[in-house]
Amino acid sequence: MSEAVIRVAGLGKSYVTAAGLFPALKGVDLTINRGEFVAIMGPSGSGKSTFMNLLGCLDTPTTGDYYLVERNVGHMQSDELAILRNRTIGFVFQGFNLLPRSTLEDNVALPLVYAHVERGARRERAREMLAKVGLEGYAQSLPARISGGQQQRVAIARALINSPRLILADEPTGNLDSHTSADIMTLFGQLNDEGITVILVTHEADIAAHAKRQVRFLDGHIVSDLPTPRSAGTC
Amino acid sequence: MLGQMLGEAWHAMGCNRMRTALTMLGMVIGVGSVVLMMAIGQGAQYAVAQTISTMGSNLYIVIAGSTNPGGVRSGSGFGPTLNVADAEAISELEDITHVAPVHQGTQQLVYGSKNWSAYVVGTTPSYLDARAWTLNSGYPFDDSDVRSATRVALIGKTAAENLFDPGEDPVGKTIRIRQTPFVIIGTLSAKGQNLDGRDQDDTIIIPLTTAQRKVFGVPFAGSVRTIVLQASSAEVMPAVEKSVTALLRQRHRLREDTDNDFYIRNLAAAADSAAETTRVMSLLLGAIASVSLLVGGIGIMNIMLVSVTERTREIGIRMAIGARQKDILAQFLLEAIMISIAGCLIGLILGIGSALGVNAITDMVIVISGGSVLVAFTVAAGVGVFFGFYPARKAAALDPIEALRYQ
Repeated sequence: MSEAVIRVAGLGKSYVTAAGLFPALKGVDLTINRGEFVAIMGPSGSGKSTFMNLLGCLDTPTTGDYYLVERNVGHMQSDELAILRNRTIGFVFQGFNLLPRSTLEDNVALPLVYAHVERGARRERAREMLAKVGLEGYAQSLPARISGGQQQRVAIARALINSPRLILADEPTGNLDSHTSADIMTLFGQLNDEGITVILVTHEADIAAHAKRQVRFLDGHIVSDLPTPRSAGTC
Repeated sequence: MLGQMLGEAWHAMGCNRMRTALTMLGMVIGVGSVVLMMAIGQGAQYAVAQTISTMGSNLYIVIAGSTNPGGVRSGSGFGPTLNVADAEAISELEDITHVAPVHQGTQQLVYGSKNWSAYVVGTTPSYLDARAWTLNSGYPFDDSDVRSATRVALIGKTAAENLFDPGEDPVGKTIRIRQTPFVIIGTLSAKGQNLDGRDQDDTIIIPLTTAQRKVFGVPFAGSVRTIVLQASSAEVMPAVEKSVTALLRQRHRLREDTDNDFYIRNLAAAADSAAETTRVMSLLLGAIASVSLLVGGIGIMNIMLVSVTERTREIGIRMAIGARQKDILAQFLLEAIMISIAGCLIGLILGIGSALGVNAITDMVIVISGGSVLVAFTVAAGVGVFFGFYPARKAAALDPIEALRYQ
């Protein structure tokens, strides 16, 4: 079980700002294998968000290489990146990012639209996914009608619908209370147990404690990369 | 995929009904006015074409020169320079289908206790052929009537209405023109106004010889005021004009340095200029209406740009979960096209409706052709694509990270 889902070598990203070239990420090396549950931590400005954008194929690196499931992402065109985001990666955001005017079912099924899946199959699969996150019977609701925790579950269902290798969660519990946060983290734990690689960004230690491995960023570098201490109590 | 996208576009339009409706209004007014203006313009063209066709086609009128007795010039048509023999000579020329010598003038008609002033045309049977004039009832006079100067008449619609009671059949009745009794043997079909606005139906047609001897009286036997002639086609008209001029100059023994003692008027030229005027008018109307269509298109672009900004975050989400640039482009383009086509359909209905309304309220002739409807529809769809493209491309070019961060 040492197949690398993510392998980055010397990954760097600089932004052009008014003050000149700003290096947000300065040569990061990291390998994440299939089935891992990794928490990426660090204060704001440490480069962790830039790193997540690169991992999520939303952005391309300035230097270095990024292999996603052994494919070099660095030189791909925007359409190829879009296909990777659609098929290989599932995103979960801090702000849930559901389409407010679409039903939960349509929200969950949205990635399948861009995978050109036929309507009936989309609907069936969306209902399956909603059931998986404990929201059967909510298919026709609108996002505004349900709680934040439920919205995040819908977002997770949406991330899962195309059977991705990898779930990327950017501060998934940032907008939730601690009780709901624990529920969501438990759900991530279950998905990880099913073999899905989960990478989440957080700055809360108790959220990171649910992960099996913690990578800490500071000033564009990785400063520590350790398994979660058992005493911290994973679930 | 397309079905899903159409559904989404419909959904997005429904989410902001007021704004969608106002955007559509631009297209509605644009298409509606194009359809209405084209209907009015084509109606005018049709009306002119109708009038022209009542005159008869490819006609020339040869008018006698003026007289100059004692310094008082009489105006054209009164000189004794044309006669029946000229008409007979002209009919021998090539490319001429009908020749009719005409002696005409306004005379008082009397029937019973009623009297009416009408245009009296003394001519030969071929006049009706040249003018493409048919009879509603009765029968026309023939060459023997002309030879023996019979007192028979064909009466036009307006003249008949003013002399006879409604429902009274003029055929067989005797009217008097300058004390001379005439038996009406036929009624002419209605022709309406000519290009000058004169009522062509306020007419009585009688044999030429009768007109010359009994009604008008002529200073020289056989002289006529005009000769109507019809060329066999529009192409030969210039040649016909030349040969007729040459023939008449020769017959009238005019020297090289002498002016013509007759005038040749081409009715087709007047008709052409009238047709050209209406054509320009309808083009102008169409052009003005097109401006409103253009403004409608700009309205769509405006709203789509607002929509793209407003939905930046949605675009970011869609991109993050796998929408390619062309998917986003197609989504917004489709929305713009749907708005413009929906607006176009409503505009078509309104335009056709108001054209029919104009037709009902006024006497204006309205022609709604499938062509103009098709043009309006195609242009509207084109406007949707053209003005929808820029906002859609702007949406597709968004950076997903920026778009996701957008509040």
